[in-house]
Amino acid sequence: MANNNIITAENVRLYYGKHEALHGIDLDFPEKQITALIGPSGSGKSTFLRSLNRMNDLIPDVTVTGTIRLDGSDIYSPQTDTVELRKRVGMVFQQPNPFPFSVYENVTYGLRLAGVKDKKLLDQRVEESLKLAAVWDETKDHLKDNALSFSGGQQQRICIARVLAVKPEIILLDEPTSALDPVSSAKVEDSLLAIKNQYTIAIVTHNMQQASRISDRTAFFLNGKLIEVDNTANIFLNPKQQETSDYLNGKFG
Amino acid sequence: MNAKKADKIATAIIYILVGIVVLILVALLGFILISGLPHVTWSFLTSPASAFSAGGGIGDQLFNSFYLLILTLIISFPISLGAGIYLAEYAKKNWLTDAIRITIEVLSSLPSVVVGLFGFLLFVVQFKLGFSIISGAIALTFFNLPLLTRNIENSLNGVSNLQREAGLSLGLSRWKTVTKVVVPAALPGILTGIILSAGRVFGEAAALIFTAGQSAPMLNYANWNPLSGDSPLNIFRPAETLAVHIWKINTEGIMPDASQVSAGASAVLVVAVLIFNLGARFAGNYIYRKITASK
Repeated sequence: MANNNIITAENVRLYYGKHEALHGIDLDFPEKQITALIGPSGSGKSTFLRSLNRMNDLIPDVTVTGTIRLDGSDIYSPQTDTVELRKRVGMVFQQPNPFPFSVYENVTYGLRLAGVKDKKLLDQRVEESLKLAAVWDETKDHLKDNALSFSGGQQQRICIARVLAVKPEIILLDEPTSALDPVSSAKVEDSLLAIKNQYTIAIVTHNMQQASRISDRTAFFLNGKLIEVDNTANIFLNPKQQETSDYLNGKFG
Repeated sequence: MNAKKADKIATAIIYILVGIVVLILVALLGFILISGLPHVTWSFLTSPASAFSAGGGIGDQLFNSFYLLILTLIISFPISLGAGIYLAEYAKKNWLTDAIRITIEVLSSLPSVVVGLFGFLLFVVQFKLGFSIISGAIALTFFNLPLLTRNIENSLNGVSNLQREAGLSLGLSRWKTVTKVVVPAALPGILTGIILSAGRVFGEAAALIFTAGQSAPMLNYANWNPLSGDSPLNIFRPAETLAVHIWKINTEGIMPDASQVSAGASAVLVVAVLIFNLGARFAGNYIYRKITASK
């Protein structure tokens, strides 16, 4: 398993101004597996996730030290093209954020702006992506409708389809179901399980059942440190660190 | 006094204040329209003004107003869009951008007479453009830029950051995220701002008296060569606009029907500005529905 890590992070420290928010994280992401990042609010798991596709670049005064490698090349090196990086590492956010355009436009936006004009290919990619995101049945007769006219859960799956359409290698999900009801959450989980043999997935979640249901590996964050990472079953059944077991058992704060 | 009573009194006061505003507006509009509209006929709208005899129209002035408006927007919109995008999307918070914002504030509170005199000294005299449409359009650009820039900046700021993150996370460059995601999402607001500023430009007189001039040379509407002297499209000819015309006939008009012409021209001006305002709402909604595919 150690050989097929697609992302390797070494001693990652992240600063908001002078304040150190991540205190040296070492974490690897094996290819075509789901890695869940769990931990209390403010533990740095979302911050760490967002440093994997350099979304933190948008925030002024953020500096990152250490190395994060994607397929062996440092994504924070000056040669890195963040546009290319984010094409390979897609992201789904906590709040569904479809563009205020039609479903069809949402799903094809990334492709069309990358220069794809072939209508047949676009149509095919729309159907394929919406099916993979388990939202095809609800949207197939309404592709020209505004994506915002759908429910929150449907919007989130449209956002997943939008990411899938550009065929990234890795998908980062930042609490994708925390704004959704249980039925919608289950559908999102189903679609993640359906795509996991094609994509490497990293998901931040507050829902520990969700982590145990869908992930292969789980990493536990606390106060900007990575406390423990292991196969999901080991983390939940035999955590090695006291803090992990306290958190999982709700003996906290 | 209990809370319920206080609430009722506050509500009543607010209604009264709103009532006063509405009353003033309705009275003004009503007066202008009632005294002006009876004089508005097709020939009034299309025939040229006459200086001494009765029966002159406002055809040339009306054309000049629209032409000047279009030229002003052609010059000021791209500049405002660029500046607005810079301020909303790229500007870091530091003393330089603060200084830019303050400058824009100051510019937007300049009296239009000052803008007009500035335009007169710089464009008409110094650059030897003379009293001309182009001098007027540039002066109006100065007048229009700050408000339009602020409007565009605000419209862009109104677009949620989630949209920017969505664009970037799909592998769009920052520029494409701005032009293909943020600007389209802000388009209804931008469009409304353009049309409202068009209403302001259309009614502006003071800045134009010294720049576009107060004379309306005879125009030949069959001559569309922009370089020819009597062509309506010539941007180097002096051009009296509707608002300037109203000002002029009220100060020095000697035609026997001056007050009727003035009333009619005022009514046309007000109706045009009203149409801009209503058009702004309609066009904004229409474009929003169009690009967002919502019903």
